[in-house]
Amino acid sequence: MTATLRISTALAVAGVLAATAATPASAQDKTLNVYNWSDYIHEDTIPMFEEEFGIEVNYDVYDSNAVLEGKLMAGNTGYDIVVPTSGFFQRQIQAGLYQKLDKSKLDNMKHLDDGIMQRMQRFDPGNQYGIPYMWGTNGIGYNVNMVAERLGEDAPTNSWDLLFDPDVVSKLSDCGVALLDSPTEVYPLVKHYLGIDPESEDPADLKKVEAHLKKIRPHVKYFHSSQYINDLANGDICVALGWSGDVYIAQSRASEAGQGVEVAYTIPKEGTVQWFDIMAIPADAPHPDAAHKWLNFNMRPKIAAQNTNYVWYPTANAAAEKYIDDEILNNPSIYPPPEIKDKLFVDVPNSAQYRRLRTRSWTSVKTGL
Amino acid sequence: MTEATAKPGDATALARLRTAARALARRLSVDGRTGVIALPYAWLFVFFFVPFVIVAKISLAQMVLQRPPYTAFLLWPDGQTWPTIQVFWSNYAWLLQDPLYWIAYLNSLKIALVSTVLCLLVGYPIAYGIARTPATVRTLLLLMVILPFWTSFLLRVYAWIGILKQKGLINAALMSLGIIDQPLDMLHNDFSVYVGIVYSYLPFMILPLYATLEKLDVSLLEAAEDLGARPIRAFFTVTVPLSLPGILAGSMLVFIPAVGEFVIPSLLGGPDTLMIGKILWNEFFSNRDWPVASAVTIVLILVLVIPIVILQRQQVKAQEALE
Repeated sequence: MTATLRISTALAVAGVLAATAATPASAQDKTLNVYNWSDYIHEDTIPMFEEEFGIEVNYDVYDSNAVLEGKLMAGNTGYDIVVPTSGFFQRQIQAGLYQKLDKSKLDNMKHLDDGIMQRMQRFDPGNQYGIPYMWGTNGIGYNVNMVAERLGEDAPTNSWDLLFDPDVVSKLSDCGVALLDSPTEVYPLVKHYLGIDPESEDPADLKKVEAHLKKIRPHVKYFHSSQYINDLANGDICVALGWSGDVYIAQSRASEAGQGVEVAYTIPKEGTVQWFDIMAIPADAPHPDAAHKWLNFNMRPKIAAQNTNYVWYPTANAAAEKYIDDEILNNPSIYPPPEIKDKLFVDVPNSAQYRRLRTRSWTSVKTGL
Repeated sequence: MTEATAKPGDATALARLRTAARALARRLSVDGRTGVIALPYAWLFVFFFVPFVIVAKISLAQMVLQRPPYTAFLLWPDGQTWPTIQVFWSNYAWLLQDPLYWIAYLNSLKIALVSTVLCLLVGYPIAYGIARTPATVRTLLLLMVILPFWTSFLLRVYAWIGILKQKGLINAALMSLGIIDQPLDMLHNDFSVYVGIVYSYLPFMILPLYATLEKLDVSLLEAAEDLGARPIRAFFTVTVPLSLPGILAGSMLVFIPAVGEFVIPSLLGGPDTLMIGKILWNEFFSNRDWPVASAVTIVLILVLVIPIVILQRQQVKAQEALE
C-alpha cells in the first residue's frame, strides 16, 4: 500500500512525539508505540494486549509507505513497531533501519504460512527482520449497477480491460474513475497488462507505460489512495484501482448506508500484484522487549484470525485459518483460488534512478508536463 | 567603588578614574542595548539561519542508501589532520535540466499572487468596516475574525470538500432551487484551490489592515471632504496611501506561505494542480532524494527572499526620502 497525505497521518504525528519522551530500554517496558496502516487491526486486539501484559499501547496510523519511510530515514521516530510493505522493506533493511528479531522470544512464528515465509526470503533473507502480518492484492473496485448500465451485461468486470482499455474506460468516464496516487502501485500493473515484465527498469518500457496511461488519463477523475473508499460507497465514483481490503470496507459502508449502492471487488483474470505488509522493529526502537511481546501476541492464531475477520485482508498466519469466517475464507477475491494465485506477482524494490524516472513520468501523466 | 579605593588628594588620578567609570557605564548601557537586539537575532540565528545552513549543506550532497540518506559534507578519514569537503553541484544542475521545476515555481507564484489580490479585495472592506464600527462591537467582530483558528486548519480545509463536491452543500442547494440542473464542477481544480487559500489566509490580511485603518485620523477625510473631494476620491487619495503599510504587511503574510502551500492544493486541487509543495513532497517521499528536495527548497527561498529584500530596501529608501 502506498499513498499520499491523509488527515489521520498528519494528526498522528504529534501524538507519538509527545508520547515517547525517551525512556530507557529495559525488560520492564511499560509502553509500546505502534505505527500501523489505518483500519488495519481489530478494535479489541490492543485492549487485550494491554490487559494481558500491562503495557500501554500508543497506536498511530498512516496510509503511505513513503511517509513511513521518510520518518524512519530521519530517525528517532520513537516507534517500536512499524508495518512497511514488502517492496519497501528490502531497501529499508539495507539502509539499516531495522534491528534483527530475537526469535527466542517469538515462539509463535511456527504458525506462519511456510509458502509466504519462503517468498519473504526474497526481501528478507533468513526472515531475520520482519514478521509478515497480512497480505493483499491490487484489484478493481466497482459499482455493479453503474458499470452494468454503461457497459451492459458482458462488461469485462473480471479483467484489467475495465480500467486499462481506453475504449472501455472512456464509457465509464462520466460516472467517475479513480486511480491510486502512487506510481509504485500503478506502473507494475500497466506493464503486466501490456505484456511487459513488471520488474523491468528499461526506460523504453517506462515510456510505453506512460504513453498508455496518457490514453486513459482523460477519463480519470482523480488520483488518491484512500478517498475512493468513501466515494465508491456513496456512488460518487464507479470504478477504482484499489487495495482489496479497502474496497471491502467500501462495500460494507455502502450496504450500511442502504442507498442501493452495490460495490464489488475483483482480482482481474490476467493476474495482479501481491504484496505483504510486514511488522518490524526499528533499529532505534525504545522498547524492543515490548515490541517482541506484541509480535508474538499478534502471531497467536486466534488473534491473527480476529484481525482478519475485522479488516478482510488475508493473514499470513496458516494456523489462524480455521478461525476465519467462512465468507472471507471462501471469497475468491480475498483468498484467491490456485489458478489466480499462480498469476500473482510480487512488488519488488526499484533502483533510485528508476524511481526518479518513474516519479517524473507519473507527474507527466497527471499534469501533462 | 573604584573611586573609594583611590587616594584622596590625588586629583588627577581621581579625575582619570571618573572618566574610566563613565566610559564603563557608557559601555554597559551599549551592552544592554545590544542585549535587547541580540535576542531576536539569536532567535533568527537558531530558527532560521542554522536550519537554512543545514538544508543548504544537504542540497550539496548526493543520495545514498543509509540513514540519513545522503553523503557526508565532511570526509574525515583516519590519520588525516584536516577533513575534506565533499560537494556535488549536480542537484542544482538537475533543477535547470527539467522545465518541470520552473513551471512549478511559476505556477506557485501565480497561485499565490492571485490569492493575495483576492484576499486584499475581500479583506479590505472587512477591515475597513471593523475599524469604523463602535469600539464595543469592534472587539466582537475581531474575535469573529480570529475564531476559525480555534478549529484545526486541516479540518477547515477538509470541510470545503463537503461544501464544494458534486453532491455537496452548494450544488444540492442550487439544484433544489432549480437554478442549475447539472451539478457545478467546483472541486479538484484551480477554483477550489483559490477558495481554500483565500479562506484560510484571509485573517492574515484583515488583521494588519485593521491595525493601520484603525489608527487612521478621520479628520483627514473630513478635510478632504471640505476641500471638495467625493468619498471615492478621498478613499483613493487619503485612505489607501495611508494604509499602504497594512496592505504590504498583509500581502506578505498571505503571499509567502501561499507559495509553499501543500495541504490546500493536495486536498482541494486536481491532479494537474502543480505547485512547488507537491514537487517537494515527490522528491522527499517518492524519490527519497533529500539532496534534490533541499536544492528545491534553497531555490524557493532565494526566489522568495531576494525580491522581498529588494522591495524592503526600496521602501526604506522611499521613507528616508520622505523624511
